[in-house]
Amino acid sequence: MKDSVEPYVTADGRTIGDRMMEMRNITLRFGGVVAIKDISFDIREGEIRAIIGPNGAGKSSMLNVISGFYHPQEGEVWFRGEKRPAMKPYQVAQQGVARTFQNIALFNGMSVLDNVMTGRLRQMKTGLWSQMIWKGPAEREEVENREAVEKIIDFLEIQAIRKTPVGRLPYGLKKRVELARALAAEPDLLLLDEPMAGMNVEEKEDMSRFILDVNDEFGTTIALIEHDMGVVMDLSDRVVVMDYGRKIGDGTPDEVRNNPDVIDAYLGVDHD
Amino acid sequence: MSDQFYYGIEVLLNGLMAGVLYALVALGFVLIYKASGIFNYAQGVMALFAALTLVGIMEGQIPFSHLINAIFGTDLHHFGWEVPALLAILLTVGVMVLFAIAVQRFIFRHLVGQEPIILFMATIGLAYFLEGVGDLMWGSDIKTLDVGIPQGGSFWIEDMTAGLGSENFFGFFIDKLDIVATIVAIVLVAALVAFSQFTKQGRALRAVADDHQAALSVGISLNFIWILVWSIAGFVALVAGIMWGAKSGVQFSLSLIALKALPVLMLGGFTSIPGAIVGGLIIGVGEKLFEFLIGAPYLGGATENWFAYVLALIFLVFRPQGLFGERIIERV
Ligand SMILES: Nc1ncnc2c1ncn2[C@@H]1O[C@H](COP(=O)(O)OP(=O)(O)OP(=O)(O)O)[C@@H](O)[C@H]1O
Ligand SMILES: [Mg+2]
Repeated sequence: MKDSVEPYVTADGRTIGDRMMEMRNITLRFGGVVAIKDISFDIREGEIRAIIGPNGAGKSSMLNVISGFYHPQEGEVWFRGEKRPAMKPYQVAQQGVARTFQNIALFNGMSVLDNVMTGRLRQMKTGLWSQMIWKGPAEREEVENREAVEKIIDFLEIQAIRKTPVGRLPYGLKKRVELARALAAEPDLLLLDEPMAGMNVEEKEDMSRFILDVNDEFGTTIALIEHDMGVVMDLSDRVVVMDYGRKIGDGTPDEVRNNPDVIDAYLGVDHD
Repeated sequence: MSDQFYYGIEVLLNGLMAGVLYALVALGFVLIYKASGIFNYAQGVMALFAALTLVGIMEGQIPFSHLINAIFGTDLHHFGWEVPALLAILLTVGVMVLFAIAVQRFIFRHLVGQEPIILFMATIGLAYFLEGVGDLMWGSDIKTLDVGIPQGGSFWIEDMTAGLGSENFFGFFIDKLDIVATIVAIVLVAALVAFSQFTKQGRALRAVADDHQAALSVGISLNFIWILVWSIAGFVALVAGIMWGAKSGVQFSLSLIALKALPVLMLGGFTSIPGAIVGGLIIGVGEKLFEFLIGAPYLGGATENWFAYVLALIFLVFRPQGLFGERIIERV
């Protein structure tokens, strides 16, 4: 059932592989509201894929469909060449899809370290009994995963706040901790919903650098939603453009920029 | 030091020990409330049901024998064997886990995302249903529970402390059962805290208590966590049921220990484990000291039940979120 595509090498030397995730004719309705209307696109291994569009276009809804939070009324989701059955969000996460949220969803009562550790649950295999006995496999597993988490904390330069309860952090750092938690899962596919919203220029530059490094160093495939056009054009290999639940453009940043439908949608539309 | 002072100390000790048990019952409420936002009205009945089941298993009673006899005209009542206490306790834990799975499977899985008041109503329904099931399964007669915990005053403590104030002071009267109950409760509370702080399931549990969406996104199954907390709450109910049941027999009034947990929750907050512990101690000591100093001499006694609520109300007025209660944050 799978029609594969040829890998290619980008200008900066990264290899973009076969289709990892494929959305086929997705339609999602909330009562009378059609949030997504018959949209198809794919996300290829190793690429950075952007989803853009005006407010209310259905971008977050699309991310929620991919991560199993919403279930489309029509259409199919294909993952690694197989049709994915309707899945709960935690099952999608266990398949190696990690995400962040537009309105940050962290565990506010827990420390930064504990928050990032929750990202490792997928890697931790010991059962209830060995955890209760604790000594032995459970303790070993905790130590190993702790080391992996410390590496991610170093990578994202948040060592200084390791023990701070997340609720007390400023917005920009919260976004970074949320990314750290997602990365801790060592995902194959990372979904980022407006990772730079509400950040100042310097914070945006840091975040852009992290996203590129994650993609480059770990080979993680990334799909991100972003309003800042400059950022999108710099970061992404390919862009999907949505408007009122429809797909109005799909291609490289240059192709999309020169697409008349896209230009129309953005002309006179108030976006931030 | 006067005798009065030493009798005061004895009251204080008894208060602390009662408080530890109140804390244990309150903990059952806190666990479920934190993880799922459900105020579990059935917690007290769960303690009763667990104790009934334990006695039933130990005595080799045939479950639903009244029902079976009524339908088939038989005369069954006992299997004719007795089960040792430890094995019976393990089997009862198993029953409480099955209960947790059933509750999740048949009730709360269908109520995800409903208003808190609806969930609360569901637990009221659950409480009366479980009470009925307990009756039907094990009969409604008063049962004695003897799992081998020593009972009666500790002569050793009495001898050691006799004559402290004057010749007329006969020493502290402390029930051995209370001492055992206190130790068990302390160990259980410490184990629960360690479980939630250091194990991966504990971390998942705290994650779910904090933010459902985020918990889902890191791959935690809410269903599993909810079954886990209801199982733990069932286990806590069993322990409370054993302690209370050993003291006063297993009968309907055992379910009223929930009423002892309410002032503790008002005082300690519905979401705080340290709150439940400290709250339990304050209520235990507060009500016993009040009874000793004011209630018994001036008010004709039996003030313990209502004074606990007065104490809780006073705290509530000044700290509505409870002693260590977390600020109420809107969940999206
Ligand atoms: N859970 C929901 N229930 C009802 N309607 C929803 C829900 N989620 C999204 N919608 C609707 O679907 C449409 C698309 O919303 P969505 O959040 O996907 O847009 P978006 O492109 O992410 O916008 P923004 O840039 O503002 O984040 C909107 O009309 C929104 O009101
Ligand atoms: Mg959005």
